Amino acid sequence: MKRALLPLIIFLVVVGFLFKGLFLDPREVPSPLVGKPAPQFSLPRLDSPDTKISPKEMLGKVWLFNAWASWCPACKDEHPLLVELSKTGFVPIIGLDYKDTNQEAQQWLDQAGNPYAANAVDADGRVGINYGVYGVPETYVIDKTGMIAYKQIGPITMEALRDKIIPLVKKLQAQ
Amino acid sequence: MLKKLISLLAVGLLICSLSIGAQEARPMQDNAAVEVQVQRLASQLRCLVCQNQTLADSHAELAQDLVQEIREMAAKGMTDKEIIDYLVARYGDFVRYRPPLKASTVLLWLGPFALLLAGGFGLFIQIRRRQAMVVDAPLTEEEVRKVRELLNK
Repeated sequence: MKRALLPLIIFLVVVGFLFKGLFLDPREVPSPLVGKPAPQFSLPRLDSPDTKISPKEMLGKVWLFNAWASWCPACKDEHPLLVELSKTGFVPIIGLDYKDTNQEAQQWLDQAGNPYAANAVDADGRVGINYGVYGVPETYVIDKTGMIAYKQIGPITMEALRDKIIPLVKKLQAQ
Repeated sequence: MLKKLISLLAVGLLICSLSIGAQEARPMQDNAAVEVQVQRLASQLRCLVCQNQTLADSHAELAQDLVQEIREMAAKGMTDKEIIDYLVARYGDFVRYRPPLKASTVLLWLGPFALLLAGGFGLFIQIRRRQAMVVDAPLTEEEVRKVRELLNK
């Protein structure tokens, strides 16, 4: 009886690990940038390509930095939520228009609503690489001192907003 | 005859234009050392979109962008280590196909050897036990008699 127990325990441990594995998402690569300063950049604004936008302008504010593109279906999924969020004026959203064309991006915003305080145009995706973006949409929560506090991989969902992003932004705003 | 010549000429021109096109697509070929370094790094780094392919194998757009980024860093004279560090700072250790040995990856590196040792140890114990069983189980007198009987038949 006792001899049969050991293989059974090993089996159960393996089952436990495999079961846990079912609920992990291998596409979620944790970002080493969380807790580090948001990388600097200076990119043209989508609405006025002659002016530049840089994260320095947001110092002193908690803000969301949302990498998106008009060619990205998952970005369209989260878009209505961003529009609603922007209407509340709770937290400014800066967009990183990733590997997009200005015309298509502007067209999408005109059509679906514009939740962004401003958009930085990252036409060649270099700033995206600097931020460790590996698929749009991705969203960073950046605190008043310019530190990355959180990274949302994939579209922002109602749950992510309610459980993670809003409480975190409130906490950071109070600091 | 003339028709044939013209069509041959046309094919020749086509091939020429194709090969010119092929050369235009790879303007970075001029620096062979850089290219060797790029290839070496691209085969050690993971494409984050496809995940089970290296940057060299992947056709994903991000992989191509990253290869281009590596190429520019290599052209600036950065070492392999500097370039890998740059990417790890942005994408984490996951970007490396060969993860570094540290606390969070110890199990990954040593796990197979630990399993091998445990298995070997288990086998050793088992064999010892069997041997002990054979030695410790002499035939009874009754069995000896039966064996003799069978042998004498």
